[in-house]
Amino acid sequence: MTNRISTTAHGILTLTWILVALYMIFLYAPQEATMGEVQRIFYIHVPSAWPAFLAYFIVFLGSVRYLWRRSQPADDLAHAAGEVGFVFCTCVLVTGPLWAKPVWGIWWTWDARLTSTFVLWLLFIAYLMLRSYVFNPGRAAVLGAVVGILGFVDVPIVYMSIRWWRTQHPQPVIAGGEGSGIDPQMKLALLVSWGAYLCLFSYLVRLRLGLANARRELTMLRREFAPRLAKE
Amino acid sequence: MQTLRIVWTIFAKDMRVEWRHRETLASMCVFSLLVVFLFNFAFEPTGEESLRLLPGLLWIAFAFSGVLGFNRSFAAERENACLEAMAISPVDPGAIYLGKMLANLVFLAITEAFVIFTASVWYNFSFLPSLGRFGLITFLGTLGYATVGTIFGAVSANTRMREVMLPVLQFPVAVPVFIGAIEATTGALRGEPFSTYASWVNLLAGFSIVFLVLSYLLFEYVLEE
Repeated sequence: MTNRISTTAHGILTLTWILVALYMIFLYAPQEATMGEVQRIFYIHVPSAWPAFLAYFIVFLGSVRYLWRRSQPADDLAHAAGEVGFVFCTCVLVTGPLWAKPVWGIWWTWDARLTSTFVLWLLFIAYLMLRSYVFNPGRAAVLGAVVGILGFVDVPIVYMSIRWWRTQHPQPVIAGGEGSGIDPQMKLALLVSWGAYLCLFSYLVRLRLGLANARRELTMLRREFAPRLAKE
Repeated sequence: MQTLRIVWTIFAKDMRVEWRHRETLASMCVFSLLVVFLFNFAFEPTGEESLRLLPGLLWIAFAFSGVLGFNRSFAAERENACLEAMAISPVDPGAIYLGKMLANLVFLAITEAFVIFTASVWYNFSFLPSLGRFGLITFLGTLGYATVGTIFGAVSANTRMREVMLPVLQFPVAVPVFIGAIEATTGALRGEPFSTYASWVNLLAGFSIVFLVLSYLLFEYVLEE
C-alpha cells in the first residue's frame, strides 16, 4: 500500500517545505515590535495546533469506519493519526509556555484555550494507552474505536463548558491576542509554516501506516514459517 | 417491552448482589469520607470560605468514589465468565448497559447522600434551604458521570491495567460534568436565582442525553468478543 517512490517524494517535499518555512521564520519575517526575537516561536506554536485537532478528527472518522465496516486500513489510520497527533499536541503544550514565560512572565494559565488543549492532550493519552493495554489486537481496535468516538463527541462539549466557565470567572486579559492586526510578511511566514506542519503531519502518518503494515506482514510471516522453523 | 425487562433484570441483579455483602457501597462511602476528611487538612475552610470550597470538595469526593464503583461494576462480571455470558445472550446489549448504568447511579447516589450528610455536619452547613435545586443538580451530574463511567468501566475491564485505566479514560471526558455540577451547585447553595446557573443545568442534562444515547449504541462493541 505504501508506494516507495511516492513516500520518498512526500518526504523530500516535506523537508523542502520545512527548510523554506525555517528561512521565512528566521530571516524573512520581521522582528516583532514588543516581544522581540522570542516571538518567532509563534510560527511553530500556532501551526502545531492544527494537525493536533485534525488528528483527533481523523481518529474519529477512522473509528466510525472501522466499527461500521471493520476496515483494517481505517483502524490503522486512526491509530497512526492518534500517535502523530499526540506528538503535535505535546509540541503545542511545550512551545506555548516557552513563549509565554519570557513574554508574559508566566509559564501557564488556565484560560479557555489552554485548558481545552490540555483536555485534548489527555484524550489522546487515553486513546493511546487503551490501545496499548488491551490484551488482544482485534479487541484493541474495537475498544479504541469506541473510545475515539466518545472522546471526539466530547471535544466540542468540553470546549464549550470550559469557555463558559472562563466567562463566569474571567481572568485578567494577557496582552493583545496574536490575531490583532498581523503584518503581511508575518502572515505569509505563518501560512508557509502552517503548510509545512501539515505536510510533516501527513508524512509522519504515512510512515506510521507503513510501520503498521510491516508489523502485520511480519506477524503473518512468522506464523506461516513457525512450523518450518520449529522443525529445524 | 423486552428491553425494559432486561434493564430491570440487570439492575435488580446488581442490587441483589450488592445487598448481600454491601462491600462496594461500604468502600465507596468510606473512601469519599476520607477524601472529605483529608480536604480539611489541605484547606481548613472556615465559615464563608467553606461555602466557596464545598461544591468542589463534594464533587471531587463523588468523582473518586465513582471510580471505585464503576471499576467494581464490571470487574465482578469478569469472574465466572459473566461478561462472555452477557455477550452471547440474545438481548439488546444497550439494555445491559442501561441496567448497569442505573445500578451505578443508585450506588453513587447512596454514597453522595452519605457524604453530603457528613459534610453538612463537619462544615456546619445546611443543605436544606436549597435542597430541591441542589438535589436536581446532583442527580443530573451523577447521571452524566454514570453514563460515561459505566461504558468506560466496561472498556477498562478488558485491559491489563484495569483499575488505573478507568480514571485516565473517564476524567477527561467527564470534565464538562464536573465544571457544570460545581458551578451549578455553587449557585444553588448561595441561593442565587435559578436563571443565573440554568445554563449549567442544561449542560448537565445535554451531556447526559448525548452520552446516554451514544453509549447505548456503542455498548454492543464493548461487549462483543
